[in-house]
Amino acid sequence: MKPRDESELAEAIRAAAGPLRVVGGGTRPVVRAAGEALHIGGLAGVRLYEPAALTLVVGAGTPLAEVEALLAGERQRLGFEPVRWNALLGAAGESTIGGVVAANVSGPRRLQTGACRDALIGVRFVDGRGEVVKSGGRVMKNVTGYDLVKLMAGSWGQLGVLSEVAFKLQPAAATEATVVLEDLGLGDAVAAMAAAMGSPFEVSGAGWMPGVGTMLRLEGLAESVAYRVGRLSAALARFGAVRIQRESSGALWRALGEVAPLHGLAGAIWRFSVKPSEAPGVVARLGCPVVLDWGGGLIWAVLPEGVDARALAAPYSGHATLMRGPGVVFQPEAPAIAALGAGLRAQFDPRGLFSGGAGNGL
Amino acid sequence: MQMPVPNPAILAKKAAVVAALRAVLPADAVIDAPEETRAYECDALAAYRAQPLAVVLPRTTAEVAAALKVCHNLGVPVVPRGAGTSLAGGAMPTEDAVILGVARMTAVLEVDTVNRFIRVEAGRTNLAVTAAVEGEGFFYAPDPSSQLACLIAGNIAMNSGGAHCLKYGVTTNNLLGVTLVTMAGEVLEIGGPWNDAGGLDLLGLVCGSEGQLGVVTEATLRILPKPEGARPVLIGFDSNAVAGACVADIIRAGVLPVAIEFMDRPCIRATEAFARAGYPDCEALLIVEVEGAEAEIAEQLGLIRQIAMRHAPVEFRESRSEDESRKIWLGRKSAFGAMGQINDYVCLDGTIPVSALPEVLGRIGELAKAAGLEVANVFHAGDGNMHPLILYDANLPGDLERCEALGADILRLCVEVGGCLTGEHGVGIEKRDLMTAQFNGADLEAQMRVKDVFDPRWLLNPAKVFPLDLSAARRG
Repeated sequence: MKPRDESELAEAIRAAAGPLRVVGGGTRPVVRAAGEALHIGGLAGVRLYEPAALTLVVGAGTPLAEVEALLAGERQRLGFEPVRWNALLGAAGESTIGGVVAANVSGPRRLQTGACRDALIGVRFVDGRGEVVKSGGRVMKNVTGYDLVKLMAGSWGQLGVLSEVAFKLQPAAATEATVVLEDLGLGDAVAAMAAAMGSPFEVSGAGWMPGVGTMLRLEGLAESVAYRVGRLSAALARFGAVRIQRESSGALWRALGEVAPLHGLAGAIWRFSVKPSEAPGVVARLGCPVVLDWGGGLIWAVLPEGVDARALAAPYSGHATLMRGPGVVFQPEAPAIAALGAGLRAQFDPRGLFSGGAGNGL
Repeated sequence: MQMPVPNPAILAKKAAVVAALRAVLPADAVIDAPEETRAYECDALAAYRAQPLAVVLPRTTAEVAAALKVCHNLGVPVVPRGAGTSLAGGAMPTEDAVILGVARMTAVLEVDTVNRFIRVEAGRTNLAVTAAVEGEGFFYAPDPSSQLACLIAGNIAMNSGGAHCLKYGVTTNNLLGVTLVTMAGEVLEIGGPWNDAGGLDLLGLVCGSEGQLGVVTEATLRILPKPEGARPVLIGFDSNAVAGACVADIIRAGVLPVAIEFMDRPCIRATEAFARAGYPDCEALLIVEVEGAEAEIAEQLGLIRQIAMRHAPVEFRESRSEDESRKIWLGRKSAFGAMGQINDYVCLDGTIPVSALPEVLGRIGELAKAAGLEVANVFHAGDGNMHPLILYDANLPGDLERCEALGADILRLCVEVGGCLTGEHGVGIEKRDLMTAQFNGADLEAQMRVKDVFDPRWLLNPAKVFPLDLSAARRG
């Protein structure tokens, strides 16, 4: 099925006789879904773009690349830096903005400006009853009614199918530079990232990649970036030698967001979200190739299929998602929390159209 | 503003309810003497009052859970309360409800500057959160104007904003986790000092749910390193439209100030008479604040000056000292007090697209004129969150009603131009019956279904947020 607009989408869901597999660009095959494919590519197009109000409203099926090109033309951007996992997960296709929202996909800048869910100011969706529901709107500050916008972000399509999404935008940075510390052990790397994030120098990315080392990004007006590069380098000198990368700074962060060092490795791919200071311990216990983002708060790991990474990494706070490979996708929740989730799914999707196949751990 | 008729069966069993609460709580945590419960009969929406059945003031999460369990078992509604600073009636009781105040839960539980968070009991004031970390160079970003008095519990319930959220976001963007007690008395841990939810984002749902999904007793909050410096600039214009165009151009140019505040002539005059901040006598005034080191501030202000000059301002005043910065902010921060000196007022809170600013200000003026009331405007222009203040005389019969009717017209106007009823104060009872102007039946039904999941018997703050006729069947 490929509805061409929201009312066709609602019609398709009302008429559905069994489970549906909602497909955007098909670039994030994380949740096991069964059933008839429901493509949202027809729900594409820019509904409203007001650069002077930093506001964008688009159909959920709009390709991410199209959104990025549109914003770049006005020197603006999605602040949360949506990233592509095609190469990591072995998926073809072009990411859609609705898929970005459904998976709450945020890149390195999440650390400074918040996640996709924080930039998302409005949604329209069709729930499992076939009802069109809107929440939020197109303005930046809005506390009118419950915030179903946050609920829909990162819900992986379990509650309904997004038809339209609205964002608060950011001006693009005039310049950027990366401060690199090459030879730190992981403990020092995480400590250096914490020191940087605790400084007033507005670090907009803090990650660690094998082959590069510890990376800290600074963005903004030219003089400001130059000033902060100097101050941050001086503050981090106690950790080791500091190198400044200006020319290809952007490429470094693209590689980090796409988790490039793990491309092509065989095995299961895990994504841990933890308290940053726990990262060195978790990585030591996992004992496998990793990439760190968000100051250590985000750990990407590749392990042989069948290994229970959650048990191996314990103890940690936060959660781990199995992004590729066999096993339970989502971190099991405390029973009372899981019961609320089940209650919400029963309300929004009483026929179980979007619950997906077995193995998600929902 | 209508409130549901108190349930006579509950009123009749007041003694039993109080006794049951006393059985599970310390003696001084239950208040039922009318002269003492009177202090809880309203919040900052003081035109509406009702004396609660009883008030409980627990000191621990376990006591909160025990109190809720008792009320749940007896079918008694509960109205959670922070400091009672809600301008929307969010903490206003009904006569058949027990007020549950968290103001005694003020402790700091954990400060972690390495992972940049603080964990506090939810009865701590907003400002005292920053006070607990500023010695180490950090602050808590959301800064509602009531921050000296308002509590984190209320900030979370209403998803409070503030003057600096253009850069730092509102409460939901700075909240990492909560301890939530459900109406049934179950204690839940949601989120924590890591990024994003591992399952459905229940934290995002709880924040801004106006105390209808559970009672927050502890919160994990993001703290940020203090910027090296900050400096405001004051820009005066001879028309609202030009000031609005200047705001749009600043945003368009890629500068992102921490705050852009807007005051119109009635507001400038009133505050000047009250606070003597030395503001120019003009039609519209912007306060734009930027942050950073000295050179960074100079770079940003240079750009802002260039943009402002294209709009021929009648005044461009850059602060050159701490004292001058204080003076520039003085009038803005005194605005509400100044209006209170002149008259009674109702403070609205609609948000509009920034681009609609000049049009909306003009139409508010027309509506006010037709209603025979005066409206002053002071608001966060960067994000379109307006605060029209409607002046009225509480002693004049019918004036409050005329004022509320004008307020409703202004909020409908906000929705009509693509905005919303409330940007940071919440719906409460104040905007409850206007919700149908912004949402249709399916939208509201979806929200009420969420409450069905968290509070199936609709006992928590039940008479708020949703139009009474729409929630009647659920409230029983």
